[in-house]
Amino acid sequence: MSRLSDHNVIVAKEIIARYPKKKSALIPLVHLSQQQNGYVTDDAMRHVAELIDVTPAEVYGTASFYEMFRFEPTGKYLINICGTLSCQLMGAESLMHHAEHALGVRAGSTTPDGLITLQHAECQAACTEAPTLQVNYRHRYRVTPEAFDDLVADLRAGKLDGEIPPHGTLGRNRQHIPADRTLGAFHPDDVTEGPAWIQVTPA
Amino acid sequence: MSNSPYPWAPGFYPGDRPQIVTSRFQYDDAHTLERFHATGGYEGLRAALAKSPAEVSDEVKNSTLLGRGGAGFPAGTKWGFTPQGVWPRYLVVNGDESEPGTYKDRLLMECDPHQLIEGCLIACYAAGLSQCFLYIRGEMALAHERVAAALDEAYAAGYIGKNILGTDFGVDIVLHTGAGAYVVGEETALIESLEGERGMPRLKPPYFPAAVGLYGQPTIVNNVETLANLPFIAKEGSAAYTAVGTATSPGTRMIAVSGHVARPGVYEIVNGSTTFRDLLYGDDFCQGIRDGNDLKAFVPGGGSAPWFTADQLDIPFEGPQAGAAGSMLGSGAVMVMDSTTDIPAAALSLVRFYAHESCGKCVPCREGGTWLYRLVQRIVDGHGTDADLQTILDVGQSICPGDMPHASSERLGLDAVPFPYKMTTICFVGPSAYVPIHSAMTLFPEDFDALVTKRTERRSIPVMAGGGE
Repeated sequence: MSRLSDHNVIVAKEIIARYPKKKSALIPLVHLSQQQNGYVTDDAMRHVAELIDVTPAEVYGTASFYEMFRFEPTGKYLINICGTLSCQLMGAESLMHHAEHALGVRAGSTTPDGLITLQHAECQAACTEAPTLQVNYRHRYRVTPEAFDDLVADLRAGKLDGEIPPHGTLGRNRQHIPADRTLGAFHPDDVTEGPAWIQVTPA
Repeated sequence: MSNSPYPWAPGFYPGDRPQIVTSRFQYDDAHTLERFHATGGYEGLRAALAKSPAEVSDEVKNSTLLGRGGAGFPAGTKWGFTPQGVWPRYLVVNGDESEPGTYKDRLLMECDPHQLIEGCLIACYAAGLSQCFLYIRGEMALAHERVAAALDEAYAAGYIGKNILGTDFGVDIVLHTGAGAYVVGEETALIESLEGERGMPRLKPPYFPAAVGLYGQPTIVNNVETLANLPFIAKEGSAAYTAVGTATSPGTRMIAVSGHVARPGVYEIVNGSTTFRDLLYGDDFCQGIRDGNDLKAFVPGGGSAPWFTADQLDIPFEGPQAGAAGSMLGSGAVMVMDSTTDIPAAALSLVRFYAHESCGKCVPCREGGTWLYRLVQRIVDGHGTDADLQTILDVGQSICPGDMPHASSERLGLDAVPFPYKMTTICFVGPSAYVPIHSAMTLFPEDFDALVTKRTERRSIPVMAGGGE
């Protein structure tokens, strides 16, 4: 059930074809599986392994290195509160304290209704707008306790469904490379000469 | 919400000064091809294609454009490290911005993705690169959407792919998404990650991926901001670029100032001549410390940089000068701490970051970073002893043997120890765990002395239940 769907296999093959070596598609395909299932399942990792000709252990080996991949059921909304210096200076600790009380869960856990997972996070590249948080990797800036409560209320009421897709979906759009425009992947074993335009360079 | 005049570019403030990479930030639709065309977009690419690749390469070399990722290495020189006659060659764009305090590449990708794409195309043309991989940090959902949409538009308009603008030049740009790992910002770790591996830095030598990079091939790895400068250089020429800034640090650069200033923000500043005082106190910039407080310390170049105090405010954004003063300019991130700051707690947040982000490949970083974090946490919790302070220095010595760079301090009668440090690790993550606590303890020893118990006076060791979080 949690293998990639037929549609996603087509997407996966399109992604694989862009890379000189199939294994380069590993992270994008694990993302794709997380988009489909909300988290990374064992079956999905086996399927990704089949698609890129590696072992499931290699997929898990790489995927487990990266923080965005979650290997257990996760809330529809993942709230990451930044705690690195710029945010720490501007009150990230009290924001986290408030969030834990407001949601009734400790950082690292999911609300009983399965809607929201709360996490500590590190620098989110929004340091001038501290303290910040991300909901499914979409930023919220200068977050006050009131703004946090409003955000949670909006998420619970489904008011942000258009703006914030469920956890696992990175972008609402995906790059599409038109078949008639692409040169295809350049595998080091197949290409030994310089590109056409560089040959005209005077020696 | 942000206070920026442009809500679509949160934190960005323009000013009465040259704009090279942020010139389109004033438009809310700058990410579209239509606006990009209307504002001189892809003219740099046309100008480049009218010249030979070698001429474009020379133009970039003459501009002395310095890499904006952190090391500040001249981009044109880096391109020149590719070995003769080895093909194919690749371009990998480092959009994995995650150095604490750094906030510029995300804005460049969200607000003006076509400018970055144009820069990639110019680099590929000039250096003979066959394929481009644009690696964006996974946590940047909006940047991912904007760049994906821009790439689709640019493909459809004939700017990417086969026979670009009817010439022999052709290159694909593939959008690649990371999945959350700070260390991947290190260029060899970025390549490992792009190959589908755990993002661990490669052993050096070879020092430069330009010689041995992606799939073992010559690979140019450039930062987003570096590439975003290329359209200007290609269109206006290197002389127009070097006319801004100083001889050794030409052009502009984007600096994010965060923390305790009246107006934290992202500013495109004139490189080389702007000083930290201009930036922190200038009306056009941060407008002083918040609430009229005194400045206690600031981090001048991202979380990895040794700290400065008010004694160093007159240093300009010029690499060698910052280095002689004991720090570095790094990735263009200034974090400001006012007189109310709990210095040990501030240092802890950075030590925790680097300990957490260690990839585990080098023992001094994996073990040392973790122990530094535990020691500093214990001190901040009030359970530390003066012996812990010495242990921190001992652990630090195993990561950075010898003299550790730090700023001078008139108050303490300290002379500066110049940057850089020696290191026992492959990359800078390990030393970066030690840098903040070393700076904090060196410049503010009294803040630590006040927190720790003298070992001789200590009576019992508290037993902690649960974590120290």
